[in-house]
Amino acid sequence: MCKNLMLLGLLFSVNVLAATPQELLKQYEAQAKQENPAFSGFSASNGASFFKAEHAHSSGQKVSCSTCHTTDPRNQGKTRANKVIEPMAIIANPQRFTDAAKVEKWFGRNCKDVLERACTAQEKGDYLQYLVTVK
Amino acid sequence: MKKWMQFLILMTSITSTSALLASGGIDGGGGNAMPPATNAKWKTECSGCHMLYHPGLLPERSWNKMMNGLDKHFGENATLDAATRDEIKRFLVANSAEKSTNRRSNRIDQSIPSDATPLRITETRYFTSKHDEVSPLTFKRKNIGSAANCIACHKNAEKGDFSESQIRIPR
Repeated sequence: MCKNLMLLGLLFSVNVLAATPQELLKQYEAQAKQENPAFSGFSASNGASFFKAEHAHSSGQKVSCSTCHTTDPRNQGKTRANKVIEPMAIIANPQRFTDAAKVEKWFGRNCKDVLERACTAQEKGDYLQYLVTVK
Repeated sequence: MKKWMQFLILMTSITSTSALLASGGIDGGGGNAMPPATNAKWKTECSGCHMLYHPGLLPERSWNKMMNGLDKHFGENATLDAATRDEIKRFLVANSAEKSTNRRSNRIDQSIPSDATPLRITETRYFTSKHDEVSPLTFKRKNIGSAANCIACHKNAEKGDFSESQIRIPR
């Protein structure tokens, strides 16, 4: 029995990049300190503004994270190709932020799509803090 | 023929057939549905934002161009790590329209001028001629979105099945 449980544990840990939102926050905190020696923590309210902030895209359109994810991260969103996006808020979707590679893939794509640049660790951390905090 | 030779030939043909089936490089014999093709990374990555398009819907040159321009994928950044991108590209190329013996795939391929490399299936002459009776307003309906959303009307589109009998246009 004990052996079986250990095997089961091993199976899960083999899932290379499995993570928790808290672990990811710690990683972003370490990066943010490197990017900015005056780093003073993440802010859920800054994350909330970041999520809704509209950017004048070079295509002429105004875009934000909310364009696809809606203004409430507990809601399902929709891609431009009409596919449902599951909620971003952890409370509505516990699968979020449990796969580090997936998180970085989507930050990589969406920051470039919306902001036309990479996101800073501060921005990623604030946003994640917001999604963890939303109840 | 000696018995053992017959056996050997039988075994060889069974293994090669199953190998072909496993690689997704064989089809069901030119029927309506495109041959089953499957690759885990293709399935996950290419259905994250849109319906899963069967590799038999475009020729090899289109898939190559598509996979080499993922940073500007129909106006969106869809970049992948190099290993994933290359694996999916190989899969798409191996099962592309001109490599298939499926009739629909061949017709799509033949409808594309040899000097053209379309990225949109909806731009092929095969597509436009098959949908000329569907009004642009129909495609814009809320539950359809655009002509790129095959699955809205062809429920088995992700399996490469576009049979007439399976079509249902939502109101």
